[in-house]
Amino acid sequence: MIVFFLSAGTLWKREIVRFLRQRSRIIGALGQPILFWLLLGSGFGESFRPSGAGASAGYLEYFYPGILVMVILFTAIFATIAVVEDRKERFLQAVLVAPVPRSAIVLGQALGATTLALLQGFILLAAAPWTGVPLTAASVAAAAGVMFLIGFSLTSLGLAIAWRMESTQGFHSIMNLVLLPLWILSGAVFPAASAHPWLGWVMKINPLTYGVAWLRRALYAAQPEVVADLPGVGISLAITIVFGSISFFMAVRHAEKSEG
Amino acid sequence: MTGFPALAVEGLRHAYGDRLALAGIDFQVDSGEIFSLLGPNGGGKTTLFKILTTLMKPQGGDARIFGRSVVSDAAAVRENIGVVFQEPSLDPKLTTLENMIHHGHFFGMRGRQLRDEAMTLLVAFGLKDRAGDLTETLSGGLRRRVELAKALLPDPDLLLADEPSTGLDPGARLEFAAQLQRLRNERGTTIVLTTHFMEEADRSDRVGIIDEGHIVAIGRPGELKESIGGEIVIIQTNYPESLSEKLNDRFGQEAPVVDGSVRIEIPRAHEFIAKVVDAFPGEVDSFSFGRPTLEDVFIQKTGRNFRGALEKAPWEENAG
Repeated sequence: MIVFFLSAGTLWKREIVRFLRQRSRIIGALGQPILFWLLLGSGFGESFRPSGAGASAGYLEYFYPGILVMVILFTAIFATIAVVEDRKERFLQAVLVAPVPRSAIVLGQALGATTLALLQGFILLAAAPWTGVPLTAASVAAAAGVMFLIGFSLTSLGLAIAWRMESTQGFHSIMNLVLLPLWILSGAVFPAASAHPWLGWVMKINPLTYGVAWLRRALYAAQPEVVADLPGVGISLAITIVFGSISFFMAVRHAEKSEG
Repeated sequence: MTGFPALAVEGLRHAYGDRLALAGIDFQVDSGEIFSLLGPNGGGKTTLFKILTTLMKPQGGDARIFGRSVVSDAAAVRENIGVVFQEPSLDPKLTTLENMIHHGHFFGMRGRQLRDEAMTLLVAFGLKDRAGDLTETLSGGLRRRVELAKALLPDPDLLLADEPSTGLDPGARLEFAAQLQRLRNERGTTIVLTTHFMEEADRSDRVGIIDEGHIVAIGRPGELKESIGGEIVIIQTNYPESLSEKLNDRFGQEAPVVDGSVRIEIPRAHEFIAKVVDAFPGEVDSFSFGRPTLEDVFIQKTGRNFRGALEKAPWEENAG
């Protein structure tokens, strides 16, 4: 048990230290979400009027929770690419031949990446007052919890893929094929109500949809009428937790099979 | 730990598709020995190393480390082994000491004691001044030293090292060998290393020569070399094939052509050379002779030159 927590903890800390030592990663991590949000939000804002949830708000406001999830997604992707790189740099091989349970390795990696995602999420959260999203202490706390679970799920999904990959190139193609569409079709970019019916169905079976809905509900805790027609908190919580758990155990399984 | 050999390899077999990497090999390493696995790349060394370090499961057979199976009891094996990878398994963005501390945690070490033991090792390996430097700033030789110090942190009973001398200059190679000797003498650590350097194998207590998935020879370096009768003569000539035949006809001497030169194993070589030069004037461009080396043992057992074998098998790099 001691080895489990020491190992997970030390791998978590390593992710953070590595991040802080790479200035380009810090700049990219902070600059990118704000840039995306401003460019896409103001660009679409004129031509694109979302119906349904957030109809009364401008697109900049609608897109804001979506960007929060995108930040988490990108951080998760970035951190999981690091797993593939670790194998190239051989750091992971030494961990694999140490008496460390594979689940501790995956847990440390997932928590490390989730922490980084949260860190960025908080920075973007500080921009909320300019978007019209009515933040309160309670909604920030709730949003933090939701972002943590979304982060953990997406990171675990990324890790499940990364532990099977031989090269970063392979990971990029899977990322474009799976992870980005997952985000685009989660209600982060446009609401299900304004989408073509078949797309609406895809969005309904996308587990991330429920994470995004839950995040919107948390952010609009003070104005529940804005998010009234989104999936409820109960089902969103359940689906996000199931999604995260399945991803995590898949990652552990792949890690157990890995030869480093 | 008494009662069991440090390492017992039993009928180990593994293939990549049609390519047989290990053809069912057996050998033992006693506690406290320094044992080299000498062979060309592609001979099966890397596969064997991956199986011994529990990174890969063999398709057949087993290996026991202090009595524990790498197949069915990998977790227990991992507590007993230290591993030195060919590419040091260091995080370049962490300092030398941080790399050590992280590694200690994986073995349940922690706190003040872990820090002290890590520093003691860094001092012992002359790395004290570099403890706070990122490992990406260290030279290849220094990185290898950190890798060794790191592997020794949990005080393993068996150290497995994969080509530890590759990429080191001759000075660093000698130094690394001395460190392994000291380690064995002071801590009694058993050391199993793979190598394609004859000198490195020569310095170990026993050598297993591995080629095309078989152990072709095993024993003390001295014994192996003595098993070749006499001395080795290499004759450079423009017509190796014809000279080889003539030597056979005239002197009844086996003289195979290896790598474009005629190669003879014979006692009292200097007398024989004089006879050859007399008998076939103008055919001998130059010759050399000397006591047999481990390379000669390899050639005798496989009929191939070690360096030739090196070039012919790049496939294991992809597999590795």
